Amino acid sequence: MPLLLNPPAVMPANTLATLHPGDIATIVSIHAEEALHQRLLALGFRTGKQIELIRKASFSGPLQVRIGTTDIVLRKSEALKIKVTRA
Amino acid sequence: MKRIALLGMPNTGKSTLFNRMTGGSARVGNWPGITVELLSGKILLGDDMVEIIDLPGIYDLHGYSDDEQVVRHFLHDNVPDLALVILNATQIERQMSLLLQLKQLNMNVVVLLNMADEAKKFGITIDSKKMSEMLEMPVFLLSGKYGNGYQEALQAVTKALRYPTPGMADELRSQLEQDEHIATEMARVMKQAVQIPARLPENLTEKLDRVMLHPLLGLPLFFAIMYALFQGIFLFGQPLQSGIAEAFAWLRAAALVPALSALPTALQGLLLDGIYNGVATVAAFVPIIVLFFLFMAIIEDSGYLSRAAFLMDALMARLGLDGRGFVMLLMGFGCNVPALMGTRVMRSRAMRLLTMLVIPFSLCSARLQVFVFITAALFSPHAAPLVLFSLYLFSFAAAILTALLFKNKFKNNEPFVLELPPYRFPTARQMLLRGWHEVTHFLRRATQFIIAGVVLVWLLTHIPFSAVPASADTLSGMIGNALHPLFAPLGITPELTIALIFGFVAKEIVIGSLAVIYGLSGDALGGALAQQLDWVQAYSFMLFTLIYTPCLSTIATLKSEAKDNRFTVFALFWSLGLAWLVSFLFYQGARLLGY
Repeated sequence: MPLLLNPPAVMPANTLATLHPGDIATIVSIHAEEALHQRLLALGFRTGKQIELIRKASFSGPLQVRIGTTDIVLRKSEALKIKVTRA
Repeated sequence: MKRIALLGMPNTGKSTLFNRMTGGSARVGNWPGITVELLSGKILLGDDMVEIIDLPGIYDLHGYSDDEQVVRHFLHDNVPDLALVILNATQIERQMSLLLQLKQLNMNVVVLLNMADEAKKFGITIDSKKMSEMLEMPVFLLSGKYGNGYQEALQAVTKALRYPTPGMADELRSQLEQDEHIATEMARVMKQAVQIPARLPENLTEKLDRVMLHPLLGLPLFFAIMYALFQGIFLFGQPLQSGIAEAFAWLRAAALVPALSALPTALQGLLLDGIYNGVATVAAFVPIIVLFFLFMAIIEDSGYLSRAAFLMDALMARLGLDGRGFVMLLMGFGCNVPALMGTRVMRSRAMRLLTMLVIPFSLCSARLQVFVFITAALFSPHAAPLVLFSLYLFSFAAAILTALLFKNKFKNNEPFVLELPPYRFPTARQMLLRGWHEVTHFLRRATQFIIAGVVLVWLLTHIPFSAVPASADTLSGMIGNALHPLFAPLGITPELTIALIFGFVAKEIVIGSLAVIYGLSGDALGGALAQQLDWVQAYSFMLFTLIYTPCLSTIATLKSEAKDNRFTVFALFWSLGLAWLVSFLFYQGARLLGY
């Protein structure tokens, strides 16, 4: 008997930096200055795309993520600018 | 002559294809509108000679990175007759955007979809005919490594070159704004000409990364690999280096000395001890540089460099550098010159300059020779290894201090976003070509600079000719005495000051110059030093030797890589100032403590 277990209709938006290794999420929005935005677009970061966090480097180093067939390394400070919802 | 520009994203096999097309005949050249040097080669296509230019790999024509600006300026000022665009077929869904941006420029374009065999393994099917129709440009599937499709592509290039390039380039910026159009166009072509499986099969890269980038194993493995490389360069390089030195010495004794014996003594000395020794000094660097670039090519082409950057970035970010800088810093422990040249992989100029400012503090093998000699002469066999180790610590400390002090001055707004390419086996041909290019480049730049420096030092130590060479009566002796007030607070004697002046040219000749100054060699020289100096003075001298300018080759490389005289002068004076300060603090501190 289901009891108060209904998930909220809309998941609160996380950033890429809060994901854990193995998590798959969808990009909601990118809040970066123009130069970084361009670079991210060119690497395949687009709203609605699926993104997987593969691993994090030790000592709060960069993150490794995968979009489609491309693996990308980026720092936490950059990952904070990318909003995602967990799939 | 018609011009073909080679364009593509990084890691598409662009350089491999370029080397294949030009067969190693490529050379570095300067182009209007841009400050960096580009590789280009001339080849015979059909009946005409054409020039192929290898442009830097870029992700985006609109981008703001240095490379992207270089490509934009190049296309604007040197409109090519044909753009040969190379796309990585395994990443086609992402790479097509660059192609469509180029298409908007109305250039003659031939498209090569490289790594077609790899794409097939991933289950990606590409209908190149269909794609060609839709894009209205020739599209070829290519496997760069095995050469499939290469001949057809060359024929298409030859054919396309017969037509004049339609238009292009003046309103480059304004044309580059129409991005929405690209997204729909891309979706249309992708849908009809490409099929990609929803989830890719796990491959070798993933399995390797699980070990190489392991949270605990990753860093130790990285250090083990770097250590092996470093050892490898010396294991193979040092015998070659001494072999070359011996060959030059033999040539000198067997042929040059007899041939020049008729000339006046002073001229003989200038030619042999000045110019000839200078050439020999430069030549001795060659094996190390070749090996360094062979190993660097393996690290880079195999895809490990980006992974090393991933592992080391956490520390380097706090110093205003990034992961790749650490790899170069370690390489500098072999020889600073190729490590400086290796910073070319960095895209941001500010970060590259900061890295180049830091690299000369790496305790290179030439400095190690000096330290080994002096520690053996002045310290007990028990203490010697500890002394050497402490110098390595000082080397790191100087690098870290410099980075921390100047990271705000060389602030780089370039975010750290790197593609992690799959592991690949580098081809032997690619590696050898790379080594060859770097050596010819190095020789061209360094030769004149070093020869001038060596001649200058020779003159300083021999004028006036009536005096004993390198004695107090020569110019160098006078300079040594004049500089003495500056070096006395460091405990450095006038004799050692002259040796430091020599060390400016190359650290390899520091001990040799001391031998000339004292008129002794080997153990006898060590004994004389031990009698004249105490350990505090000797350590102070070693600290100064460690931190001040490594050698003329390094300065020449700094100058040609940075293309900025003010930066070069700054790097020179900063290292001199830091060397003085550290030696001063050490010497006076030790004396205060009663040593």
